[in-house]
Amino acid sequence: MAAISREEVAHLARLSRLAVTEEELDTFAGQLDTILQAVAQVGEVAAADIPPTSHSVPLTNVLREDVVVPGLTPAEALSGAPDAEEQRFRVPRILDEDVAS
Amino acid sequence: MTDLTKLTAVEIAGLVAGGETSAVEVTQAHLDRIAAVDDRVHAFLHVDTEGALAAARAVDERRAAGEELGPLAGVPVAVKDVLTTKGVPTTVGSKILEGWRPPYDSTIVQRLRAAGTVMLGKTNMDEFAMGSSTEYSAYGPTRNPWDLDRIPGGSGGGSSAALAAYEAPLAIGSDTGGSIRQPGAVTGTVGAKPTYGGTSRYGLVAFSSSLDTPGPCARTVLDAALLHAAIGGHDPRDSTSIPAPVPDVVAAAKLGATGDLTGVRLGVVTEFSGEGAEPGVVAAFRESVDALAKLGAEIVEVSCPHFRYALPAYYLIAPSECSSNLARFDGVRFGLREGDDGNRSLEEVMSLTRDAGFGPEVKRRIMLGTYALSSGYYDAYYGQAQKVRTLITRDFTAAFERVDALISPTTPFVAFPIGARTSDPYQMYLADLFTIPTNLYGGPGISVPCGLSEGLPVGLQVMAPTMADDRMYRVAAALESAVGTFTPPAL
Repeated sequence: MAAISREEVAHLARLSRLAVTEEELDTFAGQLDTILQAVAQVGEVAAADIPPTSHSVPLTNVLREDVVVPGLTPAEALSGAPDAEEQRFRVPRILDEDVAS
Repeated sequence: MTDLTKLTAVEIAGLVAGGETSAVEVTQAHLDRIAAVDDRVHAFLHVDTEGALAAARAVDERRAAGEELGPLAGVPVAVKDVLTTKGVPTTVGSKILEGWRPPYDSTIVQRLRAAGTVMLGKTNMDEFAMGSSTEYSAYGPTRNPWDLDRIPGGSGGGSSAALAAYEAPLAIGSDTGGSIRQPGAVTGTVGAKPTYGGTSRYGLVAFSSSLDTPGPCARTVLDAALLHAAIGGHDPRDSTSIPAPVPDVVAAAKLGATGDLTGVRLGVVTEFSGEGAEPGVVAAFRESVDALAKLGAEIVEVSCPHFRYALPAYYLIAPSECSSNLARFDGVRFGLREGDDGNRSLEEVMSLTRDAGFGPEVKRRIMLGTYALSSGYYDAYYGQAQKVRTLITRDFTAAFERVDALISPTTPFVAFPIGARTSDPYQMYLADLFTIPTNLYGGPGISVPCGLSEGLPVGLQVMAPTMADDRMYRVAAALESAVGTFTPPAL
């Protein structure tokens, strides 16, 4: 039985903001199914009472002195932007027109 | 006349410090070598000729002024394209960052400059460091100098191939699941993954933040140790950086080179010493174990029962972290923007940008991670993988109560032909079967050349406890003193 359907992969692509083509969907559905069946092996391990590890070096509350240090200038920060205007990153419209009006 | 490209970093630094050659001469020799062979090897994505010669001139001027030079001053270094370099293109092997010139240097690169090394350029890699063959680079594969029809490993295949092709004596890599060690193994070079937190991630383009570890690549263990010492240590700009000094890896490499391992207990990982590896790899590994025993090491078998679950756990944890990290590539602040025709919404432009800018392996991992983190699947996949991570850590901890270090082959198989594993992603993942446990645990690991199988290099991996990086250098240097280094056929 397949671990993941083509429809689920299409949903994942939408969640991931990937405008994948129909052809890509066909390829990814089969590949992701193979990978998921393999990684599902973690389920064989009896680990109900085992605490999870998110990080190997458990440092907490790492703070620095609250002093001003040099940072990027606006020009430097915007130097790689696809589009900039008035010292800001310029983006396509965020709201639909009927909402904006 | 001495071929400057065939020397070790130690030899080059000695000649420069003694005035027998100049940093400019050394740099030019390597730039000439790159010009002669890199159209066939394709180790470099960008060669910074001007920057390299300027850095070399600065070293020569400092020497002329009577300044004390560091142990790597004047030595060329190739840097994996995953680290930001101010004003020098940084692509991470991806179209989504094509043409990006970062406005700042990563900490590793800052330290390389401070050490007086000369950065030759940026090396090829699997896109976003996801891969084991460098075939997933958006800019075409790197080829293995041992056989140009074979892969140089990955993700840092460019760095290791540059070493094996004598285009650079030192290189920087990054290791999330084996991306320094596995390329080292299949190119007959040395690659070390430091303890997680022992080298700074500031300016390292993130893939899986709880695993990513930059580290040194070289042709000898001592050269790798010197580079490790130069780049390692606490960095206040990385909140996961360990606030403690790096163990004295250089002294350990020198100690190991004496060829005496008396009193050192080494554990052969039962699960990684037979099944799952090619016969030629197992044979070379077994011979090396005998060599280590002859040097005085006590060899014992150690079972790490959860290591077999490391690969599946890794392929849940790393994609989960990647799906979050790569959200920053949205076509707004840097890199590619696709489909912004004035009519499409931000979200449409974002989706078109990411589909055009990311390659297939990156997309697979983003979707896999999105799946593993989604409600309904989180406990069974990501949560369970984190518990397995705990059990793998416990296997290491228990093993290190019995032995000083663990050993295994670095990879299950030697360099495979280009194209052999791209159609089945999971077959590609198996290349990192033996290197992944170390990343999940967070300890250090090193691959050192240990022999040949059918004329291709085999690596031996030494795994040590967290913040005991010196131990692995001692063992690796001892093995190197017994088996020597391995030279590929002339290109």
